[in-house]
Amino acid sequence: MFAYAVRRIVATIPVMAVVALFVFSLLYIAPGDPAAIIAGDQATPADIARIRLSLGLDQPFVIRFGDWVWRVLRGDLGTSIFTSLPVTKMIAQRIEPTLSLMVLTLVFSIVIAVPMGVVAAWKHGGWIDRIVMVLAVAGFSIPVFVVGYLLAWGFALKLDWLPVQGYTPIADGLRPWLANLALPAVTLGSAYIALIARITRATMMEVLNQDYVRTAKSKGVGQLAILFEHALKNAAVPIVTVIGLGIAGLIGGAVVTESVFAIPGVGRLVVDAILRRDYPVIQGVVLLFSFIYVLVNLGVDLLYTVFDPRIRY
Amino acid sequence: MKRRAFLQTASATGLALTGGLALPHIARAQGSKVLRFVPQANLSSLDAVAGTQYVVRNAAVMIWETLYGVNARFEPKPQMCEGHEVDAAFKTWTFKLRPGLKFHDGEPVLAKDCIASIKRWAVRDTMGQMIAARLDAAEVIDDRTFRLKLKSPFPKMLFALGKSASPTCLIMPERIARTDPFKLVSEYVGSGPFKFNKAEWVPGAKAVFEKNPDYQPRSEPGEWLSGGKKVMLDRVEWVVMDPATAGAALQNGEVDWVETPLTDLVPLLKQNAKIKVDIGDSYGNIGTFRMNHLQPPFNDVRVRRAIMMTLDQAEYMQAAMGDDTNIWKHQGGFFTYGAPFYTEAGAELLNGKRDFEGARKLIAEAGATGAKVTLLVTSDVPLTKAMGDVSQALLTKLGFNVDYVAADWGTVGARRAKKDPPSQGGWNVFHTWHAGADCVNPASYTALDAGGDKAWFGWPSSQKVQDGIASWYAAPDAAAEKKAIDNINIASCENVTYVPTGFFQIYQAWRNNVSGVVKAPFPVFWGVQKA
Repeated sequence: MFAYAVRRIVATIPVMAVVALFVFSLLYIAPGDPAAIIAGDQATPADIARIRLSLGLDQPFVIRFGDWVWRVLRGDLGTSIFTSLPVTKMIAQRIEPTLSLMVLTLVFSIVIAVPMGVVAAWKHGGWIDRIVMVLAVAGFSIPVFVVGYLLAWGFALKLDWLPVQGYTPIADGLRPWLANLALPAVTLGSAYIALIARITRATMMEVLNQDYVRTAKSKGVGQLAILFEHALKNAAVPIVTVIGLGIAGLIGGAVVTESVFAIPGVGRLVVDAILRRDYPVIQGVVLLFSFIYVLVNLGVDLLYTVFDPRIRY
Repeated sequence: MKRRAFLQTASATGLALTGGLALPHIARAQGSKVLRFVPQANLSSLDAVAGTQYVVRNAAVMIWETLYGVNARFEPKPQMCEGHEVDAAFKTWTFKLRPGLKFHDGEPVLAKDCIASIKRWAVRDTMGQMIAARLDAAEVIDDRTFRLKLKSPFPKMLFALGKSASPTCLIMPERIARTDPFKLVSEYVGSGPFKFNKAEWVPGAKAVFEKNPDYQPRSEPGEWLSGGKKVMLDRVEWVVMDPATAGAALQNGEVDWVETPLTDLVPLLKQNAKIKVDIGDSYGNIGTFRMNHLQPPFNDVRVRRAIMMTLDQAEYMQAAMGDDTNIWKHQGGFFTYGAPFYTEAGAELLNGKRDFEGARKLIAEAGATGAKVTLLVTSDVPLTKAMGDVSQALLTKLGFNVDYVAADWGTVGARRAKKDPPSQGGWNVFHTWHAGADCVNPASYTALDAGGDKAWFGWPSSQKVQDGIASWYAAPDAAAEKKAIDNINIASCENVTYVPTGFFQIYQAWRNNVSGVVKAPFPVFWGVQKA
């Protein structure tokens, strides 16, 4: 399995190369001009042209791409056109809030959604099942930013329990860290919980109809043991797959959630960069997200072997 | 473990971890001397010479100072300068710096720093370019004294050096001022009342300005960029956030001052006893319907006049600013409504009864009936989006075939620079607005310029307008300035350089425990206190 993991990590290199070429090309052909944004609304066309020149934006595609790739190969993601700060530094400044939000959302969602799905499958057709399904549909249907603003209105403005915005590093204390992330994690988790709960319910319903479950019941095995020890383990592979796939959605959702709750994360960084056409930052963050996603998929593949010993690599 | 015991343990653990969630004011602004401010936009750079964004200028004037500084009446007053001497012909200007001026790195401010800074600024600024074109010599007399010798008179020198509009003539150390004026500086060392804390800067999220302990304010009362800039705060933190979140954070006491609260939230904020709401800048803004004078149909003045005689400013302002008529007015001329030289001379077409019949006749005479008009609409800026929607209806009503192109500001900003026909990536109309403080006279009023190819986007051309602007620069007194401004207004209305869509002001909001907030074109942090 170790050899497999190494092979998969090595295989990320061509994937990242394709991502890099794709992102660079897309930005090259996309309309917009960072020079116009730097120059501001009052600048003249001549000013904008001069700024373009000073930024090297008049260079042909091949030269700009080659220059960027050469830098990336040396571990340098470039410098922000606007702030003159290294892209790696800008990402480093913002990676903790984003990872914190994603990990907390992931943990919170799994802890809530899996039992919800299991119970819904167990009580299939009953009122608990219907409530779970209603919540799942609502979680899917209500946009993340609406959930965010509603939670902020209720828990921050009305009840005054939690802050509206901001982020406190975990190094400054678990309580303020958690207080800042509670509402964003619930917001971001709303759709994710719905996804996991639905797939858990569907898979569990299938597994609960298997012969071995009936056998276990007839042998007098307790209900909790049947659900969580026997059935859930066998239903785990599709659930883990969905959790892994859903991380891409979490990345996308983090962009919105970070904006709603003013969390200084990588999601906001990339949105701001796109709006300003800060090409080096966009390219750096997209590469990072792609790499994370590839690693998550690798993690999911390796987890399969834990839940299903028949799977071998 | 029994079920009940498990639940009790779990609850206790949860409470211990969170410290109890029912704890109010967890992330409130800490310390009474720290002011948390939400700026109008994301602060992505700090160079107000290379970039002309208002938010950049607003931050830059905290860090850097100007030799002269305008007050609320746009009068330039000595700031870094102790004073100046000028000959009767306005050609030889000698400036002397105040003693004891220091940059944030501890180095003294010297005459050579001023000359280098003026030279960098002069490349980018219209008035600076006029100075540069006249410049015969820039001489260092001693560490605190320098002289600018001009080949021809320039009476507006002090205004040029002290104006608040971007590009602002900020004084930097010579090594920084040597940076290409088209490249952003990356070292933020000024001599102003605040020091920029680069280590804590998270671009797009947070910028920290700390009180400069070495700063010696002038003895005169502080007003805008002039007088004593007395800092009563230890630290000002700019926190960038979505406007709706900013409104909630202000209500919750997590931030102290929001520069431009969401218009829809203003009634709610006004009801909150802990919050004060007032106009941010009395000089407000002028909304604009900007046409491309190079491309049909707006290359024909008759078509431009048709727009001027039909555009209903109230419709634009209601769409963009809402029903609160306290904050918008009819802009009956090209210069800022309510400013000392505001005039409606020659603006009959702009201020008369809306005349669609007459307008259609003019359009027909120009052979432009049914012409295709490419309307660029900045969809991520609510103000321009609203104006664009009203324009679509207006142009359709006038019989044009409207191509409504919605795009983000980054795209519109790039496309509007193209002079090509709309079918080849160009444009016919876009919307923006200009700060009223920049439009009180021609000095910083780039949108007024009608110098053809070298003019601002749309490239209007009118010798009469240009002559008027030249006569304002040469005006020796206020009466001559007033006359020049009347003439510019008449010529601009004849030429229809652009069409104003209204004068509007924007609210600012702050917590009750903050005092000293004033109305100005930029947030003024000196004189502000937090109880």
